[in-house]
Amino acid sequence: MAALFITVNGVRREITSPADTPLLTVLRDELGLSGPRFGCGLEQCGACAVLRGAESVASCRLPVGEVADAQITTLEGLGTPDEPHPVQQAFLEEQAAQCGYCSNGMMIATAALLWRTPHPTDAQARAALDDHLCRCGSHPRILRAVQRAAALMWDADDEGGNA
Amino acid sequence: MSDQTNAPQRSFFPNPLLNSTIDDWLSIAPDGAITVYSGKVELGTGIRTALAQVVADELDVALDRIHIVMGDTARTPDEGMTVGSQTVATIWRDARVVAAEARQALLALAAERLGAAPADLVVRAGVVSHRDESGEPDAMRRSVSYADLLGGKRFGKPVTGRAPTKRAEDYHLIGASSGRLDLADKFFGAPSFVHDLRLPGMLHGRVVRPPSPGATLRTLDDSGLAAIPEARVVRMGDFVGVVAEREEQADRAVKLLRLTWDESAALPAQGALHEALRELATREEVEQERGDVAQALAGATRVVSGRYLQPYQAHASLGPSCAVARMEDDGSLTVWCSSQGVFPLRGALADLLELPVERVRLIFMEGAGCYGQNGADDVAADAALMARAVGRPVRVQWSREDEFAWEPKSPAMLMEARGALDEHGQIIGWQYDVWSPSHANRPRRGLDLIAGQLVAGQGAPPTAFFFGGQRNAPTDYAIPNTRVTMHGIARSPLRASSMRTLGGAANTFANESLMDEMALAAEVDPVAFRLRHLTDERARAVVEAAARQARWDEPLAAGMGRGMAFARYENSEAYVAAVAEVAVDATSGAVRVRRVVVAHDCGLIVNPDGVRNQIEGNVIQATSRALKEEVRFDATHITSLDWESYPILKFSEVPEIECVLIDRPDVTPVGAGESTTVVVAPAIANAIANATGVRLRQLPFTPDRVRQALAQKR
Repeated sequence: MAALFITVNGVRREITSPADTPLLTVLRDELGLSGPRFGCGLEQCGACAVLRGAESVASCRLPVGEVADAQITTLEGLGTPDEPHPVQQAFLEEQAAQCGYCSNGMMIATAALLWRTPHPTDAQARAALDDHLCRCGSHPRILRAVQRAAALMWDADDEGGNA
Repeated sequence: MSDQTNAPQRSFFPNPLLNSTIDDWLSIAPDGAITVYSGKVELGTGIRTALAQVVADELDVALDRIHIVMGDTARTPDEGMTVGSQTVATIWRDARVVAAEARQALLALAAERLGAAPADLVVRAGVVSHRDESGEPDAMRRSVSYADLLGGKRFGKPVTGRAPTKRAEDYHLIGASSGRLDLADKFFGAPSFVHDLRLPGMLHGRVVRPPSPGATLRTLDDSGLAAIPEARVVRMGDFVGVVAEREEQADRAVKLLRLTWDESAALPAQGALHEALRELATREEVEQERGDVAQALAGATRVVSGRYLQPYQAHASLGPSCAVARMEDDGSLTVWCSSQGVFPLRGALADLLELPVERVRLIFMEGAGCYGQNGADDVAADAALMARAVGRPVRVQWSREDEFAWEPKSPAMLMEARGALDEHGQIIGWQYDVWSPSHANRPRRGLDLIAGQLVAGQGAPPTAFFFGGQRNAPTDYAIPNTRVTMHGIARSPLRASSMRTLGGAANTFANESLMDEMALAAEVDPVAFRLRHLTDERARAVVEAAARQARWDEPLAAGMGRGMAFARYENSEAYVAAVAEVAVDATSGAVRVRRVVVAHDCGLIVNPDGVRNQIEGNVIQATSRALKEEVRFDATHITSLDWESYPILKFSEVPEIECVLIDRPDVTPVGAGESTTVVVAPAIANAIANATGVRLRQLPFTPDRVRQALAQKR
């Protein structure tokens, strides 16, 4: 069996799991990442989202063998406490969580949205996040965080900054 | 396992201050960092932060100097369960008093060291200084830090409860919004939940549950597992699990097992559930009796009545339950889990495993928000049994289906209410009956846990007590003649236990719906009608504030409606009023909640942003419960097993929310984690009635039900 490699957060990693193992299991168990979370295993809740390229995808049923050629980015790859991604910065500033179990998917989906639609309307933000479930009811804060993240990401750019 | 059914209930809220020492609660490291040992746990509501605020303020140290250890049976005091929105009040009672005691002890040491009376000293950021004329630290004189005074040493003093606590005007952290201490880890992917715990040598476990409660295992064929040498079956009676070196192997092993079960069709038809509840009632208790309600009803100018139905609902935590267990070399057991009550659960696990209770250690780690008793306790038992069986640490994570099928549900309830009006439109009588299974079935014994029942081959024992169905059954209105009766059900058709507000949400739905119907019958504005029957100033204040903020008197567009509801949670806790604005699509029957205004008074507010976050969350979850949520079942088992068969509110359906916080700095704080939930469904029902003239008395208000009600009206 040929070795399997995937690229996660910019680093090419050799994988020992079989190719039909869900990407989420590989990320959490083999690569030790805690950002993406197991919520349903049914692609229904969004807690396990990761970026494949610039697109937000559920990782709980996605066979790891299918992403060998893709760039996978997890929450850990967005930013760090010292250098937060604007989305993480915005979620912190808006305190956009209660238990935080869904936060991974919310931030990943927001990052994907803001690449696609730099200044989403409220309706566009709701539509982009509609498949992401939050049971605590942090939705208003998350929607505010989306708008704040858009401002953090692009407004500095408009002024010639380095977003 | 013990099988006595009437074991004495230990208190939900023991008072651990008695006979404790400061060192049981608090320690100071050599570098001055302060560790607080809390028997309360973080359920995603921000309690860790509120606790840190209170202790830091009382001790006059910076918030970031506080480190908190929560819910560890070997290290923290037993503060009972983290339930019932009691946590802030408990912190106020316990941790604040201990922090004041610690401060007093530190000041006494400092007074000796600095040669001054304690009254002449002032503390800033953990440094004790002489006080200058303005009351500020005197920079010219010697000072001493907490770390220098007691860093790394013990206080060695009992908690007397007599140390003076700060006056409200001296707070600098309490009452100010503070960022949550736990969110940064969660937002950057640091391990934060019990799901993230990885122990050396740990195996991954899965449970293989029966297809329905009470089913018994006939055959088990594990020959398919030959394909996965790293996996093995754990079986004890009807308890079946698999463990494997890797998680994907455990998942695969579950699919390869061949099991047959004997099932029986024991559940009532879904459509006949509420009449079945009436039949199942075995105990009647009058909760409130005042005057003569029969006479009031007989002499009324008008009697208004309603029959209201609450379905089974699921906690539906976003992450499924998970726990990790390890048998130690000395034969003791350690379990990491997200239980709301590690001390009571320890007793149940000790009973299940037939270990002395002191040989079992439970360590709390966060789970996904639980809103009551989800599978957290049960999965701890699953992990413990499997870890003991295989002699290695085992992490058990339930599947989504396990969670929906087996988490205890918020009980279905039936409410019948009759109100009597006199000729002036004043309420003179209120008769209320509620039928409810117990809302509290927290595990105390092995048999209370699913694993214990399966090992013993027994179904769940009937509940020995009847708790929570009566919550908010009495109204808060001044009514001369009332009788409130609770009809207790010992055997809930579906396994049931605590969920946010217990019976408070269903009872307030019934009471506040009837209140609205009576206002209409009396031809009085619903807000004015409520105020007419409220004497408590704090109650009146929230009703008036919500109405004002909602612009109650301004007309709405056609197809829209506005509804009000009020309650004092548990008749003794936070005051809350809500105004909901809804749009009803008469063709589809779809109800869209556009805006919810909440006025809330929980006494002194420790963290305004934290309270606001709780109110918003309550509004959204309660809107979801009111519009969508109903656990479906057939003759043998629950059929709501995923997010498609148990949908919850989505972003596109979330209302605008406005909060009016009424802060009362001189009033002891009460919780804000649940209160708002009780008023949301009735405010929506009243708004639907306002929009359409149709009264919905059965939750949830699905498009089908709305359409049927509209058709009946025509």
